[in-house]
Amino acid sequence: MDFILGHYNYWIVIFLMMVGFYTVISRGNLVKKIVGLNIFQVSVFLLYISLSTVDGGTTPIVKEGFDLYSNPLPHVLILTAIVVGVATTALGLALVVRIKEAYGTIEEDEIHEQDHSL
Amino acid sequence: MKHNLILRVASKFLIPLIILFGLYVQFHGDYGPGGGFQAGVIFSSAIILYALVFGLDVAEKIIPANVLRTLAGLGVVIYASVGVAALFLGGNYLEYGVLGSTQVAGQHLGILLVELGVGITVASVMLIIFFAFAGRGRS
Amino acid sequence: MDHISLLLVVIPLIAAPIVAILPNGRIPWALTLLVTAVCAALAGVQLWSIVHEGVISYELGGWAPPWGIEYRIDAVNAFVALIVAGIAAITLPYALLSVEKEIPKHQISLFYCAFLLCLCGLLGITQTGDIFNVFVFLEVSSLSSYALISLGKKRQALTSAYQYLIMGTIGATFFLIGVGLLYSQTGTLNMADLAERLPAVFEHKTVHTGFAFIVIGIALKLALFPLHLWLPNAYTYAPTVITIFLAATATKVAVYLMLRVLFTVFPNGFALGTPADELFIILGIAGILIASVYAIYQMDIKRLLAYSSVAQVGYMALGIGFASAMGVTATILHLFNHALMKGALFMAVGAIIYRIGACRMENIHGLGRQMPWTFAAIIIGGLSLIGVPGTAGFISKWYLILAALEQENWIAVAVILIGSLLAVVYVGKIIEALYFKPALETNLTVKEAPLLLLLPTWVLALANIYFGLNTELTVGIAESAAKMLGAVAK
Repeated sequence: MDFILGHYNYWIVIFLMMVGFYTVISRGNLVKKIVGLNIFQVSVFLLYISLSTVDGGTTPIVKEGFDLYSNPLPHVLILTAIVVGVATTALGLALVVRIKEAYGTIEEDEIHEQDHSL
Repeated sequence: MKHNLILRVASKFLIPLIILFGLYVQFHGDYGPGGGFQAGVIFSSAIILYALVFGLDVAEKIIPANVLRTLAGLGVVIYASVGVAALFLGGNYLEYGVLGSTQVAGQHLGILLVELGVGITVASVMLIIFFAFAGRGRS
Repeated sequence: MDHISLLLVVIPLIAAPIVAILPNGRIPWALTLLVTAVCAALAGVQLWSIVHEGVISYELGGWAPPWGIEYRIDAVNAFVALIVAGIAAITLPYALLSVEKEIPKHQISLFYCAFLLCLCGLLGITQTGDIFNVFVFLEVSSLSSYALISLGKKRQALTSAYQYLIMGTIGATFFLIGVGLLYSQTGTLNMADLAERLPAVFEHKTVHTGFAFIVIGIALKLALFPLHLWLPNAYTYAPTVITIFLAATATKVAVYLMLRVLFTVFPNGFALGTPADELFIILGIAGILIASVYAIYQMDIKRLLAYSSVAQVGYMALGIGFASAMGVTATILHLFNHALMKGALFMAVGAIIYRIGACRMENIHGLGRQMPWTFAAIIIGGLSLIGVPGTAGFISKWYLILAALEQENWIAVAVILIGSLLAVVYVGKIIEALYFKPALETNLTVKEAPLLLLLPTWVLALANIYFGLNTELTVGIAESAAKMLGAVAK
């Protein structure tokens, strides 16, 4: 029981990861795929952030009276990864808009049908 | 949404505050939590709010698309040239210490300039993304 | 001198936004050409100084590693960086006409901006010694290549770019998960430092999990069979210049990254204790056979060559799987030689597209007689792809077979030979359509490609022959690179 409760952050991460991954694989709707991809990425952000926490630590700002603080490095890394995620999402959605204009649909199977009937 | 008085008044009240807060986060970033990424997004959200309430055309008049594109490029150039400036002053790339008279002053100046570049780029790129999506299908 | 390692990344980075602001027309192209030429020259100097003076370590921001980001260049990085920058510099003269024909005028400066960002990302991966930095550069290059692929003329370019975006992002995120797990065990992101600290925690399951995530993430990027699904579409529908550039560099950089992770980050033959090496051999063999057969059945030449690329990645995977000094030498050699041959082939095909606007088998009948120089370049590239003695392709296959014989892996030897036979079939198909089929009437008036397209094509075609005859340089570098990676035989 301790194992399950003590690692609750990992369970959340794994749950989100699988939800996101499954959405990417199983959905035919291109926007939903991107939503899944986002959930997948967010789970990784959580993994990093939860790794950096120190029991009883404060936010990593140097101030007198506070000696114990969380590891700030993963925060910085994840800030970068979030920016990358935003860029990926924007680019992905832009592609979806263009696909909608070119094909008139954003369902994967309908797009395949149109390409093969040519 | 042009006729919605409450929204118009409330947003006119909020937008200056958002911009002020954005600037605070931007220039507070060297000693406290903050920095270019967050400030850029906050700053751009003010203009996005303006565009939502008063319409895209009015917002695009304030910041035309080609100005945004130039600003987006400018930010990256500022960031990279701070690094190159350190190279010319005899340090390694992005070694802020050599930029000022003392190590600390240099660090201070360097991080401020770099965050400024980041802030400009992030703010303008967020706006470019917003205008690109919101303006799609109009013209 | 040490600043070179950094300038290789920073010059394209600074040039990219400047190019984006420039007016459309030929100025963005001229600036990009200048930048790539400078990068290629710098990469050459860097390799020279590595060979003569040894490893370069550059501390970004003056922060000493492992705290700061370190650019650490040895023979392996320097060689791959030279391939990337060199191919970019050769592609650019080609790009002028091809891009003007394929890209709408108002997008030209943004096109070159994205190209420079892609170059910056790829060079960044080769230069950096920090594993998180690798992720950032990986995404810089990937994001710009998604955008570049989507600029292709047909609407399928959009869907293939989207497909690549989804798979590429999953790959990069897997890599990120792996890096996070390694960080949680070692508290460091510097590759050299990781190599020192990891052996102490090798037994830990987290390290094994991280290893698996990283390897699969990179395998997606290098299009290792069966994770190659994005590649044929992306190469087929991308603008010609982008196909040339990505085919010759992107997968190569991913192969380099794989070598780096398998042999440097996880030292002392950690990979040999996992199923990774058997996996590489099995997937390499499957990739060579299946992708080659697929290639034979393609009617679009770009697609045919794309499937052939998947097969060539299979050869490289085979070399990685052998995990011996000879195998890694073969992989690094093939990495270089494949860039040469695929570059030449895609350039020649691009010249055909430039003239007739298509490259399907049924459209090109008889073009060989109308475009003799382009045709000759295709023959040289094709022979090199097959691995005929006297071409660069022979050298890498020779070393690969030697590596297989060394381990008495007869199946691998047979597969390499069968793969070459299959290559004869698909290269033969192109040549048959170009030369031996009766010419289409519409093709009788087609003229030879412009000089600006032919010159870069021939530079690469002749390089195929030169490095097939004079092996001293490439083999020497590849061997010292393999030694640097510390590949150990079982």
